Amino acid sequence: MSTDPYSMAQDPYSVSPHGEGPYRTSPYGEPVPAGTTSALRIVWIYPDLLSTYGDRGNMLILGRRAQQRGMPVELIEVRSDQPLPTTADIYLLGGGEDGPQALAAQRLIADGGLHRAVAQGSVVFAVCAGYQLLGSSFVAKGTTCAGLQLLDLHSDRGPSRAVGELAGEIDPRLGLPPLTGFENHGGRTHLGPDAAPLARVTTGIGNDGATEGAWRGKLLGTYSHGPALARNPALADLLLRWATGTSALPPLDDTWSDRLRAERLAATRAA
Amino acid sequence: MPLRAKVASSVSRTAAALSRAAGRGDGSVIGGWIGLKIDPDLLAHLSTGRAIALVSGTNGKTTTTRLTTAAVGVLGPVATNSFGANMPTGHTSALAKAGTTPYAVLEVDEHYLPQVLEATEPRVVALLNLSRDQLDRAKEVAMMAQLWRAALVKHPDVHVVANADDPMVVWATVDHTAVTWFSAGQRWHDDSWVCPECGSPIERADEQWWCTGCPLRRPEAQWVVEDDGVVDPTGAWHKIVLQLPGRVNLGNAATALAVAAQFGVRPTDAVSRLGGVASVAGRYAQVVRDGRNIRLLLAKNPASWLEAFDMADEAPTLLSINARDPDGLDTSWLFDVDFAPLRGRQVLITGDRAYDLAVRLDVNGVPFQHVRTFTEAVAAVPVGRLEVIANYTAFQDIRAELDRVN
Repeated sequence: MSTDPYSMAQDPYSVSPHGEGPYRTSPYGEPVPAGTTSALRIVWIYPDLLSTYGDRGNMLILGRRAQQRGMPVELIEVRSDQPLPTTADIYLLGGGEDGPQALAAQRLIADGGLHRAVAQGSVVFAVCAGYQLLGSSFVAKGTTCAGLQLLDLHSDRGPSRAVGELAGEIDPRLGLPPLTGFENHGGRTHLGPDAAPLARVTTGIGNDGATEGAWRGKLLGTYSHGPALARNPALADLLLRWATGTSALPPLDDTWSDRLRAERLAATRAA
Repeated sequence: MPLRAKVASSVSRTAAALSRAAGRGDGSVIGGWIGLKIDPDLLAHLSTGRAIALVSGTNGKTTTTRLTTAAVGVLGPVATNSFGANMPTGHTSALAKAGTTPYAVLEVDEHYLPQVLEATEPRVVALLNLSRDQLDRAKEVAMMAQLWRAALVKHPDVHVVANADDPMVVWATVDHTAVTWFSAGQRWHDDSWVCPECGSPIERADEQWWCTGCPLRRPEAQWVVEDDGVVDPTGAWHKIVLQLPGRVNLGNAATALAVAAQFGVRPTDAVSRLGGVASVAGRYAQVVRDGRNIRLLLAKNPASWLEAFDMADEAPTLLSINARDPDGLDTSWLFDVDFAPLRGRQVLITGDRAYDLAVRLDVNGVPFQHVRTFTEAVAAVPVGRLEVIANYTAFQDIRAELDRVN
């Protein structure tokens, strides 16, 4: 056990998300001075606003899968009253209630850091409320709010809340196996010509019952909420490949996530 | 009591007895359901003439209700819904079954607090905590706090006993004047980083918390857990010896003493009764099987998992997760729990959704072994303590294996 680096307290969960400044001690090793590292830098945007249900999982999974490939990783949680670092490799946006979602949009627009990061080629992975934020507008508490305009889409309210298993065939250009996840949202999302659907829905609602999620360049959003990457390790690896510019990564032992995927996809087919 | 209510109450008791006799359950819901069909005001009628305390919150309400019932019992017979049937049907059934009692202590599902306040006109309401729990069907945390706040405004005379450590609970009571504050410590903070009043960040230091944008801050508590005891409003410290494990149960004991004090119970008279509570509807129950001393811990949501790890011994631990209707269908919350405290223990996993747990533990760096059945788990650990931590229906499944231990 003691030779396994994972037997040490490396899970950033044990660190308060509201520690000092936006640049933090790497929970995966020694303290890393701000901006002087070659580590893969993963930023979780506003966990104080956008962390409804296990959203931390996406950061933990990306960190784990990178570290298992021997990449040094720095996980950074940036609270909504802190400036967003603009030089990270991957930015994560989670889900949230209406009020915090609207607040997150205002602060991200005022901050401008995410737009600069995207212009420099950073990867963005957003789920649920965070996915809606990437578009031109969304509805929160009955009001239409301005989004970040990073993806060509907008969201409004649907006739009913979409709650349950979500599955779909992913855009073949991404070369990924089927998407599986859980959705819980009242919104519907409409894509413009500059955004491609992430998947064609086979179970659940997603954007509108036909398509699910969206992507363009290195930006990708999905209604599969919370720890979406837990059931989609190949999607996690796609984000890591985008971030590192490598075309292939060494395979990992995905026994448990493969079993989980098989079980969930079988359950949606049986339903 | 009006004749209609008398008939409804009698039929309700009979139905509950039939349900038990038929082996269809403990009768704590069906009786109330039938009674309320005959007399929709039955709960109000059954409440008349009783001094009532309600206990609500996301976690700890069943145990706190049990401890409060024990404490108030100093004064005389207490009616209570001790099986965790915490909606109006369960309250109706419990009061009908108890007959005439001067006191009642009722556990209330947090969604139903407004209507139970209305029907029972309680003397005291204890508000424990609010955190994320089954968001695929329950209200979001801020909405729940708003629901409570609006309900309390309509009942200015009820005395509130509330948790000073939970910003959501404090905010729900800001319009109220008759409040006694208790402090039991709070391990889970992830649902109260943002002020529900103004949206500004909430800062924390030691046991204090305050909003950085408005006057909302932690009130000073009159009942405080200190070491292995509770300090009362006069400053006197009472040693608490419980059979129930964990600091969270010391907090529940402090709450029980604070509620009982509103009925005139002195803490010195109540503490020994708290020690008489050994388990609560199977929670904390201990059973010996094949030389293994098995202890059952229920953990339903991220906040209660953190408390369960604190309660559990450093011993082999079985985790069981289901995602059936009563559990919530979404297992995402597993990533809100840090399982790192289990590193170094023998960990076994089972349940309908064991694979979700397997992926989580893998990411968390916690080695584990997957077992198909409870029997297999018992066989896989050495003689001695086996801690079992399970969510709701998984807990009931294992309890059934152990002959519905209470």
